[in-house]
Amino acid sequence: MTAKPRPLSVLRLLLVFGFVFPVYWAIASSFAPEARLFDVPPVVPTDVTVDHYRALFEERQFWLPMRNSLVVAGSTTALAIVVGTLAAYALTRLRFRGRTLVLAGVLAVSMLPQVSLVPPLYLALRAGGLINSYTGLVLPYLSFALPLSIWLLVGYLRQLPAEVEDAALIDGASRLQALWHIVLPLAWPGVATAAILTFLYCWNEFLFALSFTLGPERYTAPVAIALFRGRYQVPWGEILAAAVVTTLPVVAVVVAFERRIVEGLTAGAMKG
Amino acid sequence: MSPAAPAGNAARVDVEDTRLAWGLLSPTVVVLALVVGFPLAWTLWESLHVHDLRMPWLGYPFAGLANYRDAVADPRFRAAIAHTAFFAAVSVSLELVGGLALALTMHHATRGRALLRVLVLLPWAIPTAVSGLLWRFLFDGQAGIVNAIFVGAHLLDRSHVWLVDPTMAWVPIITADVWKSTPFVALLLLAGLQSVDESLYDAARIDGAGPWRQFVEITLPLLMPAVVVAAAFRALDAFRVFDLIYVLTGGGPGTATESVSLYTFSALLQRLRFGYASALSVIAFAATFVLGLVYVRFAGKHLLRVDR
Repeated sequence: MTAKPRPLSVLRLLLVFGFVFPVYWAIASSFAPEARLFDVPPVVPTDVTVDHYRALFEERQFWLPMRNSLVVAGSTTALAIVVGTLAAYALTRLRFRGRTLVLAGVLAVSMLPQVSLVPPLYLALRAGGLINSYTGLVLPYLSFALPLSIWLLVGYLRQLPAEVEDAALIDGASRLQALWHIVLPLAWPGVATAAILTFLYCWNEFLFALSFTLGPERYTAPVAIALFRGRYQVPWGEILAAAVVTTLPVVAVVVAFERRIVEGLTAGAMKG
Repeated sequence: MSPAAPAGNAARVDVEDTRLAWGLLSPTVVVLALVVGFPLAWTLWESLHVHDLRMPWLGYPFAGLANYRDAVADPRFRAAIAHTAFFAAVSVSLELVGGLALALTMHHATRGRALLRVLVLLPWAIPTAVSGLLWRFLFDGQAGIVNAIFVGAHLLDRSHVWLVDPTMAWVPIITADVWKSTPFVALLLLAGLQSVDESLYDAARIDGAGPWRQFVEITLPLLMPAVVVAAAFRALDAFRVFDLIYVLTGGGPGTATESVSLYTFSALLQRLRFGYASALSVIAFAATFVLGLVYVRFAGKHLLRVDR
């Protein structure tokens, strides 16, 4: 360990402060009365109000986009994890021609700019009557969620020793039995991590949701907030309240699974 | 099978494995063909045609490379490329410097590491569209806190209307991106730092090297692969930027902050020029692909490793 001189600690504190302050400010402001939103030093808000939250749910029916986000992100994650686990098992445990090619393909897909899929997906969804539907979001979401979850799962399964499984195979278990009875019970932390990260990416998605939905009944939460309009001015109070509500589930997940998320993120990007 | 499995079994196992492998991969192949392969082929096809939903009487004539010629000559598209490159270069550089500082902080923190990780993960985990709005609030032209701080510290004479100034509008955009992505870069670099052998530092200390020399001669060189990967990874992301600019400036004022994704989007869903927008997105795809190759070139031997 190197010595820690004092000025550095101050710098560190400032650094961390810089990351936290905007979040604090948004939360504090979301509880401030409309007239005092832009008052400068309410470091601790003096008169707290929940008006913005009430307006958010009663007038803007914000529970609708929240529900949409939950349904779309949840279904996409479930599908991506089931399909992805099968693929990741094949890619890490079986020897076959074309394995590298499949991995390279999955990697290439995950680098695709989303916008290049928007024109054809829009035309296809329109032709299939799927614009402004849950299916019309889940399918496009799979284009990034599936490669992501395969990638994370491959990274995890690689670290998992194959010996236990090999023993079962020698004892006459089939590959599928080994996957179900041995690998999955051992790999569930990795599967959970992949699910958490996939869910977060789906929850945060914006471009597809903006392109393939038409109204508040199918908007996801980020799109709904971005399209909030006031009668005369930007409804900042409600926007900030909505930001807090949308971010709460994310914060809960991050606090609960902080270590896993960090491991998954770093493994996904470089160690494989 | 263990590595020492008898060679005689190999051929038989391979046939069985291959069949099972493609069976297990078939749902993935079907899904990716449906939502990626087929749409990409369609984009390519679209890009070779005139297809304007506002002018259906034009039909769907084959246009060869006309859309691409138009795109290359389109000053707005050229500007969008320049904006995107500028945004990516500036924000990724800042994120690398900030990320390194943050990673060192986290690496040397003795107490409260978990808390630090949570605090640092927050900006990363907040939906980009939401954090874009948050920064729009902070940078608000009249009474936002950023103006208040700058005026209070006498760095500005009076409140600045950031988002309507073609040059200054980049400040909130880049600030928001740096705020959001620095933690991610820091986590990648932290993983790199943790893999540096501590005994190297002990050896350097015995040789009388101070903290700065240790940093320059041990930490930085050993961290370089992680830095390159983080840079390429972030550059890929920055090149696709959409949400942040959409909510912060909408590409404005005018088209002063319009990125490639934003221009493609507006050609598509606002002006309904599908053929032309498809050509734009093929170009965006090609550019990302080149960046991706750089990334794989550096990280590839780990990423595509097939042994276990």
